[in-house]
Amino acid sequence: MSTANVPGTSGIIQNEPLLWEKGKKGRRGMCVSASDVPVAVFPAELQGPGVDFPDLSEVDVVRHYTRLSQWNYGVDTGMYPLGSCTMKYNPKINEKVASTPQLAAAHPMLADHLVQGNLQVMYELQESLAAITGLPGVTVQPAAGAHGELTGMLIFAAYHKSRNSKRNKILIPDTAHGTNPASAALCGYKPVPIKSGPNGILDIQSIAAVMDEETAGIMVTNPNTLGLFETNIREIAEIVHAKGGLVYGDGANLNAVMGIINPRKCGVDVMHLNLHKTFSTPHGGGGPGAGPVCVTEELTKYLPAPRAIKEGDKYRLDYGRAESIGRVHAFHGNFSVLLRAYSYIRTMGAENLKKASQLAVLNAAYIKEKLKGTLPLAYNRPCMHECVFSDALLQENKISTLDLAKRLIDCGYHPPTIYFPLVVHGAIMIEPTETECKDDIDQFIEVVQMIVQEAKENPDLLRQAPLRAKTRRLDETLAARHPCLCG
Amino acid sequence: MKELSELIFNENLRYTEEHEWVTGNGATLKVGISDYAQDQLGDIVFVELPEVGATFGKGDQFGTLESVKAVSEIYLPVGGEIVAVNEALGDAPELINQDPYGNWIVEIKPADASELTQLLTVDAYRQLLRG
Amino acid sequence: MRYLPHTDDEIREMLAVVGRQSLDELFCSVPDACRYEGSMPLPAPMDEWQLTEHVQHLAEAMQVDHTSHVLIGAGSYHHHIPETIRTVMSRSEFLTAYTPYQPEMAQGTLQGIYEYQTLVTRLLGMDVANASIYDGASALAEGLLMGLRIAKKKAKVAVSAAVHPHYREVARTYLEPTCYEMVELPVGPDGRTDLSGLAEIGDVAAVAIQSPNFFGVVEDLEALGATIHAAGMLFITSFTEPLAYGLTKNPGSCGADIVCGEGQSFGLPRSFGGAALGMFACRDEFVRNMPGRLVGQTKDLDGKRGFVLTLSTREQHIRREKATSNICSNQGICTLIAAMYMASLGGSGLGELARLNYSKAEYLKAQLRAKGAKIVFDSPTFNEFIVEFQDDFQPVYDRLLAKNIVAGLELGKYYPEHKGRYLFCVTETAGKEVMDAVAGEVRP
Repeated sequence: MSTANVPGTSGIIQNEPLLWEKGKKGRRGMCVSASDVPVAVFPAELQGPGVDFPDLSEVDVVRHYTRLSQWNYGVDTGMYPLGSCTMKYNPKINEKVASTPQLAAAHPMLADHLVQGNLQVMYELQESLAAITGLPGVTVQPAAGAHGELTGMLIFAAYHKSRNSKRNKILIPDTAHGTNPASAALCGYKPVPIKSGPNGILDIQSIAAVMDEETAGIMVTNPNTLGLFETNIREIAEIVHAKGGLVYGDGANLNAVMGIINPRKCGVDVMHLNLHKTFSTPHGGGGPGAGPVCVTEELTKYLPAPRAIKEGDKYRLDYGRAESIGRVHAFHGNFSVLLRAYSYIRTMGAENLKKASQLAVLNAAYIKEKLKGTLPLAYNRPCMHECVFSDALLQENKISTLDLAKRLIDCGYHPPTIYFPLVVHGAIMIEPTETECKDDIDQFIEVVQMIVQEAKENPDLLRQAPLRAKTRRLDETLAARHPCLCG
Repeated sequence: MKELSELIFNENLRYTEEHEWVTGNGATLKVGISDYAQDQLGDIVFVELPEVGATFGKGDQFGTLESVKAVSEIYLPVGGEIVAVNEALGDAPELINQDPYGNWIVEIKPADASELTQLLTVDAYRQLLRG
Repeated sequence: MRYLPHTDDEIREMLAVVGRQSLDELFCSVPDACRYEGSMPLPAPMDEWQLTEHVQHLAEAMQVDHTSHVLIGAGSYHHHIPETIRTVMSRSEFLTAYTPYQPEMAQGTLQGIYEYQTLVTRLLGMDVANASIYDGASALAEGLLMGLRIAKKKAKVAVSAAVHPHYREVARTYLEPTCYEMVELPVGPDGRTDLSGLAEIGDVAAVAIQSPNFFGVVEDLEALGATIHAAGMLFITSFTEPLAYGLTKNPGSCGADIVCGEGQSFGLPRSFGGAALGMFACRDEFVRNMPGRLVGQTKDLDGKRGFVLTLSTREQHIRREKATSNICSNQGICTLIAAMYMASLGGSGLGELARLNYSKAEYLKAQLRAKGAKIVFDSPTFNEFIVEFQDDFQPVYDRLLAKNIVAGLELGKYYPEHKGRYLFCVTETAGKEVMDAVAGEVRP
């Protein structure tokens, strides 16, 4: 492999200024209907002077955003092996479903009998997620994974409060995503960090040592962020349950185990799912996502209200529960995202979802096997849907994980997740997902090997990278020291 | 990151295990961070300073230093009352990176000057970093 | 299956490389007791054509649809969305991109968000805006928590009862596990927040007022702000209809410290309440306490202008349990959609559209008054208002529904004192003939 064969190349893209650096007063980019009613005069004392937006023509606006899009890289462009993000292909039929006019025009406060189509989608999605997780009580209100975590923590708090049990701590593994302790803290829980064992997974003794009756429970990601299955999960759940605690499952890595594990059987009481990861909804440059929460029968009464229920052949919104933690969203969550996930699940069916998980794991295991001679494996154990390498070999050549990542950009890839999880020095976490074919994975492997060789022979190629992107490396220190957050 | 041999040490200061330094033995003491600490942190982008007049015990967190990707708590080596903060760090936090010993962070009136003797000498601090 | 590209041969080859005999063997580290027994009970898969047909059935099960005239706002507004937005914002470089943590290959998203932040500060009259919270309700909850952090030793927040009922519910949910208390402020007979009892409450960190409020009434934010600041409290404003600021004074000019609200009106379909757009802005002095992502301008190694995520130490991935919020994914592409909408309207267009909405609503008010209906509040409103009818309105509502017109939202469920009264919203999407049809069915 040489630089000549890598997938990335240069092309012509356009410069494009900021919106207010273009345009002319009087231009207009969309229609504003003429008035068919008399002009009413707004009270002067409440009136403002107007808003200082640039005036742009339709062509101005369309070119502006088209050009901006060409500076970006999406899953449709190429491989995006971001660990724990599950950047799988986003099916286009899902977009069509989500924009179905009758469903997309619905006002959220219309009476139930007027919106049966949307309620059916909510209900069937709830049922599907319950089937996948083994946890029967489902809310689709949370608008993101972290929002789901908050919902889960609120359910923990409501549960313990109902038992007059004063719990102010929660166990969180050192491999946890930052949203875990942040969500726990929002509910007044002090995170108690648990060190993972030498084999990269939680060991039973470290949980038993700290679990007590002041601890609300534990937050576990399974498989964890090292890509390893938490084999002791059932025993850990038993210890937590024995002291009256609950087990929260962070479902970010569910793509490894759909149809293969049953979270309920693992001992999980409450879990969130990331529809924008496992269920193929697009990442949109940062969102919108959706973080539905699934709970045991016993905890169902605490779920946010309303939820969709089915009575006979009719659907309705049920607000029934006094113990509900209340709303976490003004309406039904990111409904257009729910529509996409619904479309995906109806397309895949049980067998294909399971196959997706199996192939996701196969792809990651294959990469791990092929790259373990090139980069040091963090843990030499069977991995699930992602594998983690450290920067030990790179450091010998005074090259950092960041340099490797930036060189991958020049070669036409979005880099893997870097510097996470924190327990691995200079972590490089690779999650190919099941939608990458063997040829593309082989090419990726060759490119990584090429770059590691360059690190030894021509390290400047890495240190100066990227050279082919819209900008070279950007000064993040300047941005933080002298924040310029608007123009 | 600097090698141990490249690190700068100031012989006249006392150090803590959390990599703060303290000067001298006057009525007031100045506190800063060591060259090792600023090197580990990287470019400092923001310094969170306490209010003048606030009091802290030995080992209490009195502020934070932020780099682009990390936040470091800073702990008071010796208990006391904050009598001055280095205002220059508001506009130019990079001063700490440029000269960690020449740019103090807070000045305190110590509650118990004998706590100074519990701190590390420069040799003991070097030893700590070696180990 | 078209999303699973592996052939049987390739699977065999790859299994050989990893030293496994079957796909099942890849899961040897999973204990039996954790295993899913049997197949997941999901409906049989559908191909693209079957799915399209199925969705068509779902669409047909919607009695009110895109052809209906829905005269309800209440946090979800029907505005025209130009085709340019649908087309350009479905470009996969925007839609299928990740969060811009590798800024060199995400300048499209980053510049787009920077532009959005800027337009929002200009719209709201504030110093800095973030890259979004989930929706107006969660934005309010985050605003209240931010107010409590800034004020430090105070334990209460006060929220007007004229703030959207669902927003107040969400705020309560967020505050429940904390030691903070939420107090509600009454609404006066003029439909505006009554602050006369504010000073008595004590220990209040921040006061939140929505304008235009749930009843469509434009609050006198300047006067309210002065009272709130005089009482030593932070002034938070909320909104559900940002279009109003194309006409009314913006909250920043009225002294707001934090502004949070819903941006759905700007280019997003109602879509049963989501995906929405939580707009959030504050004064410069509070920026390090702000939740959510921020994009800042900087330079690259060649001195060229570029954009990056910045002030990240506030966020969960660095600060963890001490972060300003737990938010990670936000509303992403919705911010670009809103920015594109604001850019398409322009300053002059925004004012024109706002005035059009106002005029339309005033027209319907006049028509209903002429039929003997009472417009409950005299205070100025924007594009929503409450009506009390002389007779039971339900039969009229039903007749209008048969004509594909949804005549407002009955308020009894949300405000017992307004039972039998209806909240109407009129935007540029309601033609004169629709409003005449509504008035026509009201028998005086």
